[in-house]
Amino acid sequence: MPEDMVVRTRGVKRIYHLGKVVVEALRGIDMEVRRGEYISIMGPSGSGKSTLFNMIGGLDKPSEGRVYIDEVDVAQLDAYELAWLRCRKIGYIFQTFNLIPVMTALENVTLPMIFAGMSLDDARDKGVELLERVGLGTRVHHKPFELSGGQQQRVAVARALANDPAIVLADEPTGNLDLKTGKEIISLLKTMNREKQVTIISATHDLKMIDVSDRIFWIRDGRIERVERRADVSIEVGEIEGE
Amino acid sequence: MNQEKVGRQIVLPFSVSVRISFNSMRIRLGRSFITIMGILLTIAFLMSILAQASIQNALISRGSPAIAAKITVDESTQARMRWLISLSLLVCAVGITNSMLMSVTERYREIGTMKCLGALDSFVIRLFLLESLFQGIAGSLLGIIIGTLGVTLISLINYGSEVLRVFPLLELFRYILFSLVVGIVLTTLGAIYPAYRAARMVPAEAMRREE
Repeated sequence: MPEDMVVRTRGVKRIYHLGKVVVEALRGIDMEVRRGEYISIMGPSGSGKSTLFNMIGGLDKPSEGRVYIDEVDVAQLDAYELAWLRCRKIGYIFQTFNLIPVMTALENVTLPMIFAGMSLDDARDKGVELLERVGLGTRVHHKPFELSGGQQQRVAVARALANDPAIVLADEPTGNLDLKTGKEIISLLKTMNREKQVTIISATHDLKMIDVSDRIFWIRDGRIERVERRADVSIEVGEIEGE
Repeated sequence: MNQEKVGRQIVLPFSVSVRISFNSMRIRLGRSFITIMGILLTIAFLMSILAQASIQNALISRGSPAIAAKITVDESTQARMRWLISLSLLVCAVGITNSMLMSVTERYREIGTMKCLGALDSFVIRLFLLESLFQGIAGSLLGIIIGTLGVTLISLINYGSEVLRVFPLLELFRYILFSLVVGIVLTTLGAIYPAYRAARMVPAEAMRREE
């Protein structure tokens, strides 16, 4: 595979003004992610990983520095291009699932396809197919509140993959799930990563993620502390799960 | 360079917008019922004030002297009437804006999510505009019916069948249209502002807001 960078950040800083207090959530992040990689951004809460997630996803603007998605500088995009990027290039998965509560599983999955201009019938067919892929073939017409947390997150995974994005961004995807369900979601993400060659970037402090990640970015105090390849990580994941 | 890699075509067909807004109302039945009730009550109040003034005026100018004499209209009653009407308009504006503000702000996360999926600001505004339009029409119509019927009934009890003889149909109809317009305009205005603000937020901020 060619060295094809799907995400590149250069000196990204993000400063929040909370009243008179200035908080530097990110203090200059440089990272590169190759197409098809499975990346985990690890760090304690408050380390800035969610902020970084928002930067990479074009959900927030850096105070300084640049973010390139597929070699396009996100800061240069107008509102239409940004919406297009979020719709077609990036799929999002959140800790709190963030399904639209009034829509069925299928409607949630088809919404991004409708935005992308797909016909209703095609979107429906593809939506059903995606829900079958994540193991929810029998629950397409259920509303989010009729589904368990794990099932809701599966819908979110299907929705994130709706427009065959280049990147799936997952912010603490297992944070609200129990151990077993969390594992299932992780292995689902890994399967999608392998089968569809979609790049997965996950902000997490779930050590179960280490096992499937190609590389791990450790974040502390708004900086990248170290980057590890999976092969170099010595932690036996099985031992830590009990904590 | 951006042209090659990034498109800008994002769509939301109108029929889909209508369906989404309508479903969103139908499913959140309890919440939209309260919003509609808020609109209904204020418009019923406005309509009853207007209808009462209209019926009394008709009785004075065209009713039998005996009944007209029962209604004392002097300068101070006239002034009180005008005061009541402006007050009811004010109550309308505040009440409806508040209802809409509430129903939009409690859905910031949903708005943020929509934007993550690629919704343009205008989609979000359109969805809320349609929803508030449905609620405005429903609430105003019900309020008008209740206000008009209520006042007519009370007048019938107070002044007897004379009311029907002089019933100011045309004038009432004008007031009905006026109340309908007031209800719909206030409802949509009350929804547009918070929806516009929410739609313009960066998604990260919109999703953080609710917590």
